[in-house]
Amino acid sequence: MPGTRIGEKALTCLLYLSALIIIGILLAIVGYIVYKGLAMINLDFIMQAPRRAGKEGGISSTIVGTLYLTVLSLAIAAPLGVGTAIHLEEYAQKESYFAYLVTLTAETLAAIPSIIYGLFGFVFFVIYLKLGWSIWSGSLTLAIMVWPTITRTAQEAILSVPREYRENSLALGASKWQTIRKIVIPAAIPGIVTGMILALGRAIGETAAVLLTAGTSLGMPLSPADPARSMSVHLYMLAMEGLSMERAFGTAFLIIILLLFINYLANRSMSLLSHNGG
Amino acid sequence: MEKAIKMKSRELNLFYGNFQALYNINMDIEENRVTALIGPSGCGKSSFLRSLNRLNELIEGSRISGEVFLDDSAIYEKGINVVELRKKVGMVFQKPAVFPMSIYENVAYGPRIHGIKKRSELDEIVCRSLQSANLWDEVKDRLVAPANQMSGGQQQRLVIARVLAVQPEVILMDEPASALDPISTARLEELIAILKTRYTIVIVTHNMQQAARVSDYTGFFLHGCMLEFNRTEELFLNPRHNKTEDYITGRFG
Ligand SMILES: Nc1ncnc2c1ncn2[C@@H]1O[C@H](COP(=O)(O)OP(=O)(O)OP(=O)(O)O)[C@@H](O)[C@H]1O
Ligand SMILES: [Mg+2]
Repeated sequence: MPGTRIGEKALTCLLYLSALIIIGILLAIVGYIVYKGLAMINLDFIMQAPRRAGKEGGISSTIVGTLYLTVLSLAIAAPLGVGTAIHLEEYAQKESYFAYLVTLTAETLAAIPSIIYGLFGFVFFVIYLKLGWSIWSGSLTLAIMVWPTITRTAQEAILSVPREYRENSLALGASKWQTIRKIVIPAAIPGIVTGMILALGRAIGETAAVLLTAGTSLGMPLSPADPARSMSVHLYMLAMEGLSMERAFGTAFLIIILLLFINYLANRSMSLLSHNGG
Repeated sequence: MEKAIKMKSRELNLFYGNFQALYNINMDIEENRVTALIGPSGCGKSSFLRSLNRLNELIEGSRISGEVFLDDSAIYEKGINVVELRKKVGMVFQKPAVFPMSIYENVAYGPRIHGIKKRSELDEIVCRSLQSANLWDEVKDRLVAPANQMSGGQQQRLVIARVLAVQPEVILMDEPASALDPISTARLEELIAILKTRYTIVIVTHNMQQAARVSDYTGFFLHGCMLEFNRTEELFLNPRHNKTEDYITGRFG
């Protein structure tokens, strides 16, 4: 019927258009940041410490702070998250109350706004545990925040490993743990790594939770007990307090570059892992 | 002549939840012989096979009563080491599931699991197992290639090599030829004839000619019961049960 054909064409056009708009918006955002930020980028901006509250100088200490926070939070959250996923998928009885409780917790945690994590981290880590505004407090808070993401994606990755692999391994006389370590986890690694990238992205971009737990110190953080200002927090302060719009864009640009770089590294390590056959 | 019985089941019943999949199975599996299990789909052949290496217990809600013996030890007894049992009773599944690693690593997987670390020793086991499985000549130049790039027939033989590398005493095969072309099937049958000089083999097959060609004993299963068990020629030439006769002549199934 001609009517339906026209309708179908219109729909296709509409879908095409909406896809175009989304791509356009993305390009506009990235393009604008690149356009505004690129002018700021030079070695001094990356290597020099901020001066006069960030109005002058570079952002070196915030880059170090960001790396510190994300790496440490991931180092805490990744084993916990993957461990939780292994427990839920391989050990827990599917209908057990405990498994239900853990899944519910993960889902609830994933839905909580980050400022609430910040408040909790502030009260619990900073004040109650007396960790103060520090990389420890910030990383622990971020770790709790990204734990559900890592658990969820690792769970899916483990679930997608064919059941035959497990049966074959067990039938060859491997123990359950050997099977998990040598067959299930290597086969699930791409999915697990993807989850970690998502978590990393979230940790790098997080502002509210870090602001309340790691503080806003512009000093160069040396140990995890030091306070630190992350790049996102720095960006927020620069823009909010009207200190330097150019530097805010420069920082935004570097955050994007950092994310792309991490993505690239993760992809590389993933393909290396799968080439070695896990 | 005294027959050596490698494995036997006594009054074996198997349940999946409330569903009973096996009824009172009594079978003697003779050493260095091929025992074939035949019967229509869903009659319990795989279930029986999987109770010989305790693989059914991976299925939540499965239960067993009765006994299974390997040599003289009851394999469902409490203190039995399941890992040791599965080392002795290897299994080739219906669908060849090669691990996503190299050909070499697939074969070396079992020996490594069981503690062999020396490269030279592993090399030797891999070579010997691939030779026994009739695969060595085809893959000797690409042992490091990913195993899932092999053809279906090669994968099936790789899975057999992987089992042989563990040096089992019994090999369970669940429709090992179902995914193979006639030439690969013929080669597999030749392989089984050679392997039985060193191993005890139990094979599930839907192919009557294959059962007749490769096996010494045949058991006919129907609705979870073993209706008839006999020397293969006997069972095919003079079936005692008319249901057996109907099945092997293709009148149902
Ligand atoms: N995991 C399971 N849970 C519940 N029932 C099962 C399970 N596995 C098998 N069964 C049932 O047990 C019966 C026997 O199954 P089994 O797989 O042993 O049959 P089979 O003889 O190997 O059939 P086929 O020739 O099709 O492979 C079937 O009725 C099947 O539905
Ligand atoms: Mg079957």
